[in-house]
Amino acid sequence: MTSLPARALRAGRLVLAAGAAVFLATTVAQAQVSAPPGPTVEAIKKRGALNCGIDTGVPGFAFQDNKGVWHGIDIDYCRAIAAAVLGDPEKVKYTGTTAAARFTVLQAGEIDVLIRDSTLTFTRSTVLGLDEVAVNFYAGQGFLVRKSVGVTKAAELQGATICTVTGATLELNIADFARSTGAKIGTLLFDKPEEAIAAMEAGRCDGYTDDTGSLAGMRSTLKQPDEWFVMPETISKEPLGLHIRSGDARWQKIIFWLDNALKSAEEFGITKANADQLKASTKDPFILRLLGAEGDTGKALGLDEAWALRAIKVAGNYGEMYETHFGTKALNLPRGQNNLYTKGGLHYPLPIR
Amino acid sequence: MKRVMQAPLFKALFGSRGNTVVTLLMVALFALLLPGLVRWMFGHAVWEAANRAACRLADDGACWAFIRARFALFFYGTYPEGERWRVHAGLALLVVVGTGTLFSHRRRGAWLLALMTVVPVADAVLLAGGMFGLAAVPTERWGGLMLNLVISFVALGGAMPIGIALAFGRRSTWPVIRYGSIGLIEFWRGVPLLTVLFMGLVLLPLFLPNGVNVDNLVRALVVMTIFTGAYMAECVRGGLQGVERGQSEAALALGMHTTQVQLLVVLPQALRLAIPGIINIAVDLFKDTSLVSIVGLFDLMGVVGQSLKDPAWTGLASEGYVFAAIVFFFACLVISLGGSVLERHFSAVPRAGKS
Repeated sequence: MTSLPARALRAGRLVLAAGAAVFLATTVAQAQVSAPPGPTVEAIKKRGALNCGIDTGVPGFAFQDNKGVWHGIDIDYCRAIAAAVLGDPEKVKYTGTTAAARFTVLQAGEIDVLIRDSTLTFTRSTVLGLDEVAVNFYAGQGFLVRKSVGVTKAAELQGATICTVTGATLELNIADFARSTGAKIGTLLFDKPEEAIAAMEAGRCDGYTDDTGSLAGMRSTLKQPDEWFVMPETISKEPLGLHIRSGDARWQKIIFWLDNALKSAEEFGITKANADQLKASTKDPFILRLLGAEGDTGKALGLDEAWALRAIKVAGNYGEMYETHFGTKALNLPRGQNNLYTKGGLHYPLPIR
Repeated sequence: MKRVMQAPLFKALFGSRGNTVVTLLMVALFALLLPGLVRWMFGHAVWEAANRAACRLADDGACWAFIRARFALFFYGTYPEGERWRVHAGLALLVVVGTGTLFSHRRRGAWLLALMTVVPVADAVLLAGGMFGLAAVPTERWGGLMLNLVISFVALGGAMPIGIALAFGRRSTWPVIRYGSIGLIEFWRGVPLLTVLFMGLVLLPLFLPNGVNVDNLVRALVVMTIFTGAYMAECVRGGLQGVERGQSEAALALGMHTTQVQLLVVLPQALRLAIPGIINIAVDLFKDTSLVSIVGLFDLMGVVGQSLKDPAWTGLASEGYVFAAIVFFFACLVISLGGSVLERHFSAVPRAGKS
């Protein structure tokens, strides 16, 4: 039994607490809407350039043309990020990273993002302290085999000899595959892919094994490419993608949603050519939101409203990028897993709303 | 016929039964290898093509069109086309002052001073820009042979004073300096260059506070300079030990300070003795600069390796590496020839201590 004044006091406290909670909630909500873009973006803006870590050269992902200009799907991603954050796809400083140094360079803060055909794995996320933000290419360890050998599945490679390069993962995968299926596959090891390919052409082995992305590139260098084929089956999963340092959640969100935007653009038929026109003419609310004509996706990320539009206009949507670097006029690698989920692939962009 | 048989060359080739057999074997070997090589390099080579597919028409010939298409890349990296005159100007300055130092008799001191001070500063300003109305060219755009030359020049220029200081340090009577010098020299000579390059690239950033970025090229330069300095020290020490005691004794007897004796009497003679070794180090260093491609800098080897990844040209490894070998060979030949000119030039002075 409590006295009246005491009860009134308690009620008053309750009201006060509720008020404070509402106040807190609104400020938090406001903070979420107009949050600063995070330290990485601030550093990028101050510097006026995105530091992008890339491969020192791999067909389809990152390579220089005769004029020394970088091309490749990883490069397109760097440029798209620069366009979204800085408004100019040219404001990228490319740092060529070797396999041994790539993660250290990222940890040390010399690059803002690592887009270097690197597989997203458990160890890299936990032990190395990196955030694995998005997959821009689903690869797997595959086989390039002489057609006359007459095999169609990896399990049929029993007794065959496969050329490959030294490096624990490729051998390890073959050993794992042999253990799990009982198929004994011999390997012949080389230091460089060129040497392995030369040995294969000379008939010292029946095929070559590497990531599917690289295999397509290798096949195009052969003297008689038609005598060889890339087996559709893979024996390992190599989701290649974008890494950043752990610790900047805002930066992680920007990269994550940019990747989604590029893939959503393909899903909704937004291309490099029609993006501007669609923004003005379409009635599809999803497209309007994505291109910044409606909603406030930019503000939520700490960017301006046209971030996705600019990114898409750099090298087109994801499908256009793939077509440029891996399509029939380039490395001629069928899209397979790298298609959208609607066409039997694995890319499933999350809804931007 | 008799005159032919007595000619030294003939004697050398067919003088004895053993020599004859070796000569014939070598001729057979060349006959076996050369035609194919010549056919590949010249006969069936393709000089003009837009890409590898066009080159493939002549299957057994070299595709030199690849080298032609990427020629500028091999020499300048991605240094902006409109600014390449700066690379030429920098090289010309180096060559002019270098030649002046080699051949001037009366003003060699002034030339040498210019080579050690004016040339590095002027070249750094020319190449990097960012002042005097020159557009800034960040180091990640430096590449190709130009990068090999920059690294060689800086490392050699920096290694000379380091080497001389360490050489004297190793002969010092003060234990701290002596053992310090020995420790430094033996550490840097005992670790493979590749290892220290990796340490510079991978470990250094982890020690530095976050946000402090040392340029990749600068790191490689520092490492290469100290590394070469350690070798240089041993080379100079050899020279110092080759100078006869009588020289310093005579100088001391004339009333010179120890410092004067060392710098004005002993060191010049020691350096002269050390010239062949120094040239050797220079050639080694120049070839070692190709290791920086492994830490992500695009020197000539880096650019060649990377050019093989352009889908338009993939698979032309032979052409790329043969070209790099030819360029490196001629560059090293120039260093060696320059070295022998230097040697002859200095040995015109009668050798000290010999009569």
